[in-house]
Amino acid sequence: MQLDLQGKAPFLDARSRIFLAVLAGAATLVPILFLATPASSFLHMPAYLVALFGKYLCFALLALSLDLVWGYCGILSLGHGAFFSLGGYAMGMYLMRQIGTRGVYANPILPDFMVFLNWKELPMTWWGFSSFSYAMLMVLLVPGILAFCFGWFAFRSRVTGVYLSIITQAMTYALLLAFFRNDMGFGGNNGLTDFKDLLGFNVQADGMRAALFSISAIALGIGYLIARAVVTSKFGKVLIAIRDAESRTRFIGYRVETYKVVVFTLSAMMAGVAGALYVPQVGIINPSEFSPANSIEAVIWVAVGGRGTLVGAALGAVLVNFAKTWFTGALPEFWLFALGLLFILVTLFLPKGIVGTMSGLTIWPRRKPPQARPQPTPAE
Amino acid sequence: MRMTRLIGAALSRAMAGLGRSAFTATVAIGLLGGALAPSTVRADASDDVVAKFSTDRFPDTEKAIQDLAASGLATGPAMLDALNANQLYFDPASKGVYFTNAAGELIVARTGSKAEGVAQARLKKVRLNNSVRGAMQAAQGALSLMSPDPAKRLVGAESVFKSRDPASLPAVEMALKAEKDAKIRRAFEQARAAVIASDKSQDELNRLEALDFIKERGDQDAASLLSTISAANDGRVKASAEEGARAIQSRLALWAHVQNIWYGLSLGSVLLLAAIGLAITFGVMGVINMAHGEMVMLGAYTTFVVQEWIRSHNPALFDYSLFIAIPLAFVFTGFIGVIIERCIIRFLYGRPLETLLATFGLSLMLQQAVRSMFGANNREVGAPAFMSGAFEFGALSITSGRMWIIVFAIAVFVGLLLLLRVTPFGLRMRAVTQNRRMASAMGVDTNRVDALAFGLGSGIAGIAGVALSQIDNVSPNLGQSYIIDSFMVVVFGGVGNLWGTLVAALSLGIANKFLEPIAGAVLGKILLLVFIILFIQKRPRGLFALKGRAVEA
Repeated sequence: MQLDLQGKAPFLDARSRIFLAVLAGAATLVPILFLATPASSFLHMPAYLVALFGKYLCFALLALSLDLVWGYCGILSLGHGAFFSLGGYAMGMYLMRQIGTRGVYANPILPDFMVFLNWKELPMTWWGFSSFSYAMLMVLLVPGILAFCFGWFAFRSRVTGVYLSIITQAMTYALLLAFFRNDMGFGGNNGLTDFKDLLGFNVQADGMRAALFSISAIALGIGYLIARAVVTSKFGKVLIAIRDAESRTRFIGYRVETYKVVVFTLSAMMAGVAGALYVPQVGIINPSEFSPANSIEAVIWVAVGGRGTLVGAALGAVLVNFAKTWFTGALPEFWLFALGLLFILVTLFLPKGIVGTMSGLTIWPRRKPPQARPQPTPAE
Repeated sequence: MRMTRLIGAALSRAMAGLGRSAFTATVAIGLLGGALAPSTVRADASDDVVAKFSTDRFPDTEKAIQDLAASGLATGPAMLDALNANQLYFDPASKGVYFTNAAGELIVARTGSKAEGVAQARLKKVRLNNSVRGAMQAAQGALSLMSPDPAKRLVGAESVFKSRDPASLPAVEMALKAEKDAKIRRAFEQARAAVIASDKSQDELNRLEALDFIKERGDQDAASLLSTISAANDGRVKASAEEGARAIQSRLALWAHVQNIWYGLSLGSVLLLAAIGLAITFGVMGVINMAHGEMVMLGAYTTFVVQEWIRSHNPALFDYSLFIAIPLAFVFTGFIGVIIERCIIRFLYGRPLETLLATFGLSLMLQQAVRSMFGANNREVGAPAFMSGAFEFGALSITSGRMWIIVFAIAVFVGLLLLLRVTPFGLRMRAVTQNRRMASAMGVDTNRVDALAFGLGSGIAGIAGVALSQIDNVSPNLGQSYIIDSFMVVVFGGVGNLWGTLVAALSLGIANKFLEPIAGAVLGKILLLVFIILFIQKRPRGLFALKGRAVEA
């Protein structure tokens, strides 16, 4: 976590450019391989892989948002899964409204589960979700407002460190319990599923899948640019100062809580977008997405890739999820062993993560030779 | 078990319909007469009664049942039970009647002795139709008041209390005369009182006296009976019933609060057990041990293994299984705790967030390890005799298991408090908690204290697991369901303070139980979580924060 506080880091360093190039390549190449090649061809990409990779990209965006708060501001949120899921629910509600009369009960207004519960009218919370733009606004606003309120209270009373982690976990746990309730009007246990259309196109169609994949890649790219812009700015320097010595930063005269609230809210909105892109690709959102274990798993993606590197977070998300896909297919018994071991080994032996360690090995070209500087000791 | 429930259901149905046919009262009196008379063996008569079952015609069967109930034949109740379960047989050739008892043996209906040399294949079942069933249930109801089984008599009295049919009055009176057991006598008296009090043809003074019996009973049933009576009557009966119903209701409301507090204490003691180990590791070492729940789970599985061993080697020890499991679980999980501390956590001191992640990884591995070894399903952990059963306290039914867990939680708490207060190890632990560097400078081996403290915390989690195995499902997910609650307790109570943990656990438990009837179980829990989240904003270090520079991180 050596920080270059004096040198001005360029907005787009070599690592960023490689990352963005890879994303751009994926965003164009995958749809071509999927749509333009014949099914028999060696190069053809099957539909399930497109959906799988799209899912990875959404996780990468979630990891990126988490890295922004954890890697750069020292806020270990164990509740980012909540923001992700809220974004997902906002999208899911839009998709539910698009089903219209094609549901099992063919009710033009109410989703099936409400008809099943014998509800007569749409609850207030569902107002406006038939409009795509309103739903997209909610994808940003709902996680954003929750994060703002939560952060406002928590950071102002200087809840830090593990206490903050525990109450973020309590937050997502409370939401998990709440969304399991049928009375909440979000489908209870089963969540929202059976989606038909997105903006008039069938969500199951090949073209839609390819488009969603590309949009996810683009969203990840934009998210990266935003995060990069934040961390290379003066604002970002203060964030890093807060991470390394919160009290000192406060004594210098910075309003620590303002910085924290802003970055926490921004990060929550990014997580919400990731969730919104995730839902149409996997076709379901249910309360188990809120489970605290999911949020902690997202933290390990960041830790594996390297916290405070942004690219590493995205890389870690893709790698760990790829491993998960492979393990749960080949050796389902051992996935939890592997994941648990990964948690332990990474924290013990690879605290900087893959990207952080690699950049220390000077594989990446650096503008300036690293200077020997005393390690900043935490103020705690 | 299923059988008893079945019969119970049949009985209560029978009693509800008791007396709707005038026949029942006759049957009851006939039966009582038969039963009260010295057990004269009237071989010819009983032959006659039993033989009617073998004609294979419904009206005859019905008549046979009525005669059976009136005859007072010793095997009568058993025969009716067997008939109810479709296990009454007759031999078309010899006209003999048999039934199979609960153990599956074939019994000669007339004598009640085991049937020798009868081929069951040759027997035919006595068939049932609805009319026969009705007769059977009515007969069973009447029989139950005189049944040799006290539990059945109690059920019978209870159904009379509910049905309050005047026709059953003579049967109750007879039964009351013969009854020796004081508790059942009271039940009969209350049943009689219920009949008399709701019967408008009875004398008013009698009815008022009967109302007193009902008031004395004082439960929900009595209250609803009294309000029914007060609605249907006027004058003094109405006034008395009304006043009685009101008194009972207000008393019950009071008891409902007592019950909430008791349930809350019970839940709070469970929380205390789960959280107290965490309070040590978190409090002393500042280590967030996400694998704490898994230590609880390992303790529960230790109990399971101990019980399995006892079952296969020495079943006589079963009642002591928990006493054997407690030290074993403590040593086992404590040992694992020390290993974890030495191998993982000591490299991560001063990096609490990394510790959190590493121990979470550990918890996943432990869960999967247990799942691989014992399977993902719930394991059956039995309750020793002293843990099962219940007793009445006022209007409260207290299960022994819950009570012992509260006692146990308090014992663990006191034990731990003493350990911290009076032992040299406790002194060192407190020193490290309050000021690690100063303690180290004074010659306390903080590494050793850390390892032992972590072992102690884990060991306590293990014995908590023994207790929780008695009230929760023993499955690999056992720990997960407690970990968030335990953290809430520790954070709410304040780190490094056992009293804080105690107060937090009990108050959260009680608050939860008081919220449950108002908001529902899930919403109540959500409200508590939100409350704690807000509370942390006000007091970031919990209810009882340690004061001093060392904790001002």
